[in-house]
Amino acid sequence: MTAIATITPAITQPAGMRPRRLTPARIGIYAFLIVTALFFLAPLYVMLVTSLKPMEEIRLGAILALPRAPTLEPWVKAWSAACTGLRCDGISVGFANSVKILVPSVVASIAVGSLTGYALSFWKVRGAGLLFGALMIVAFVPYQIFIYPLVRVFAFAGINNSILGIVLIHTIFGLPTMTLLFRNYFASLPQELFKAARVDGAGFFRIFWSVMLPMATPMLIVAVILQVTGIWNDFILGLIFAGRENLPMTVQLNNIVNSTQGERAYNVDMAATILTALVPLAVYFASGRWFVRGIAAGAVKG
Amino acid sequence: MGKLCDVSIRGVEISFGAVRVLDKLDLDVAQSEFIVLLGPSGCGKSTLLNAVAGLIDVQAGQIWIGGKNVTWEEPKDRGIAMVFQSYALYPRMTVRGNMSFGLKVAGMPKPEIERRVNAAAATLQITELLDRRPAELSGGQRQRVAIGRALVRDAGVYLFDEPLSNLDAQLRAELRVEIKRLHQRLAATMIYVTHDQIEALTLADRIAVMKDRVIQQLGTPNEIYRRPANRFVASFVGSPAMNFLPGAFAVKEGAPCFLSEGIAIPLDGYAFEAPPQDGTPVELGIRPEHVEAGGGVPAKIEMIEPMGSDQLAWLRVGGHPLSMRLPAEACTVAGEAMQLRLPADKLNLFDAATGRRL
Repeated sequence: MTAIATITPAITQPAGMRPRRLTPARIGIYAFLIVTALFFLAPLYVMLVTSLKPMEEIRLGAILALPRAPTLEPWVKAWSAACTGLRCDGISVGFANSVKILVPSVVASIAVGSLTGYALSFWKVRGAGLLFGALMIVAFVPYQIFIYPLVRVFAFAGINNSILGIVLIHTIFGLPTMTLLFRNYFASLPQELFKAARVDGAGFFRIFWSVMLPMATPMLIVAVILQVTGIWNDFILGLIFAGRENLPMTVQLNNIVNSTQGERAYNVDMAATILTALVPLAVYFASGRWFVRGIAAGAVKG
Repeated sequence: MGKLCDVSIRGVEISFGAVRVLDKLDLDVAQSEFIVLLGPSGCGKSTLLNAVAGLIDVQAGQIWIGGKNVTWEEPKDRGIAMVFQSYALYPRMTVRGNMSFGLKVAGMPKPEIERRVNAAAATLQITELLDRRPAELSGGQRQRVAIGRALVRDAGVYLFDEPLSNLDAQLRAELRVEIKRLHQRLAATMIYVTHDQIEALTLADRIAVMKDRVIQQLGTPNEIYRRPANRFVASFVGSPAMNFLPGAFAVKEGAPCFLSEGIAIPLDGYAFEAPPQDGTPVELGIRPEHVEAGGGVPAKIEMIEPMGSDQLAWLRVGGHPLSMRLPAEACTVAGEAMQLRLPADKLNLFDAATGRRL
């Protein structure tokens, strides 16, 4: 009886969940986010709409208007018939080339980077700090500086203008970032784990493969995202090192958009551009959750 | 059961860069002995254990295990197994995977691996956890698995690096008993690092108290507790801690005696290592449970700490604080005055300058 009497009504006393109120600050945040989203989505909208319009409609100049007679013809043309310089096979050739460059480059750069990061953080390699420092400095040097010497070296080695050459280039230029990423992740893992594996008799590669790499899954996903987008979007390295036969999609796109023969086919240009941007876009959509997880992974151990 | 091994550490020196961690350290561990390296953090005890395991290179000296010089051997070739403070379980493997990893690496046939893992799991009562991952286990279970991983190696020497420090008090007491039982059962040599003096006293056959890169005292728990070799060992071992009274040694009418701010404590019956000269400044140490009521030393009770099984009374003797263990039933109150007796055979005298036992 006395217990009931002492309980005050819930309405007058704060209890349980605190009510959420819409404060001016919150409204401001939402407004900012919406405006920012519109700012970045507007060009994409224009591209998408334009790519679905026939040329007559584009000439009217209403770039924001929805297509009155939507057509997929520009997309088909961009994919298989647009002229990249003298040849008119569309951008599909570039797509195939880009895939051929992308897959081995991503695998090789991550393999080398993760192994280097692992070696630097667990094995007390002589001069490891110096090596890591040098790697980081090189990461900030604009890579245009390396192009001419590398062309000479590759020409001498006979691997210029080949898939092997461009894969090697991407592996080398990916090394600083990949090493940094994995070294910092491995450095956040407890040293005792490494010691336990050594007492268990595992060697350099066994510890890497059986213990460390499985733990680095979030980092692997982040690395794949970074490398896929980076290598896919690369223009200059592909142009210089891949050779005429293996020009990546970005170079082909440039050739389509910049070749001026008669009327400029804006709808085809837009379709080709979207097609080229599709792969990194898909990667982001598919792995957004993992991306955030990977970035935060340094904070939450094993 | 693994072969029985003794461990001998001979003149080992280790430094990290310019920082010296161990100075010419010698330690012999007999077969089947349980030795505890006890000391405050930074005293080099973990470093020594890592050196025995082969995870840290020594700058000088040798390490012998089972009559073999293993100073340059890889950890896996030393016939050791190790348990770590942070458990160090492989997070992506199941408990079974964790326990069998080392054996798999060694290329042991599957049925034998299976047999050993099951046997170790049964010993540690973790059979039902074998297919779980470390993340799904509690701290105590994780450390059991880590011990199991060491057990399957069937090593001659087991190394423990503060294995219970990450556990709460109750689990710590529980696993402590289990480790002791394991030692009795395996009769293997064990080297155990801890900063917890209770663990050291309960587990060890012999304790090596370490500080400042060297072993301060090596002895049985009883020796360490009853006859500490210096003031550091005396203050580090024992809870509640030993009391210290500063004063001087004097010879009064032919009888040795301790003098401090108006109190005189007779010292006949004290076993001197080497009797000091008259007038030497000394420190007198006495454990709270050795202070008795009803003597000639006046004291005043300042505070009572009830500890369940007994009470700890904080007194003031000649301007210095002194604690005393009282039975739980004793009705004493703060502010009361009382007379104390400090029995000479329970005292410890330390040279005030060197800290060495007199």
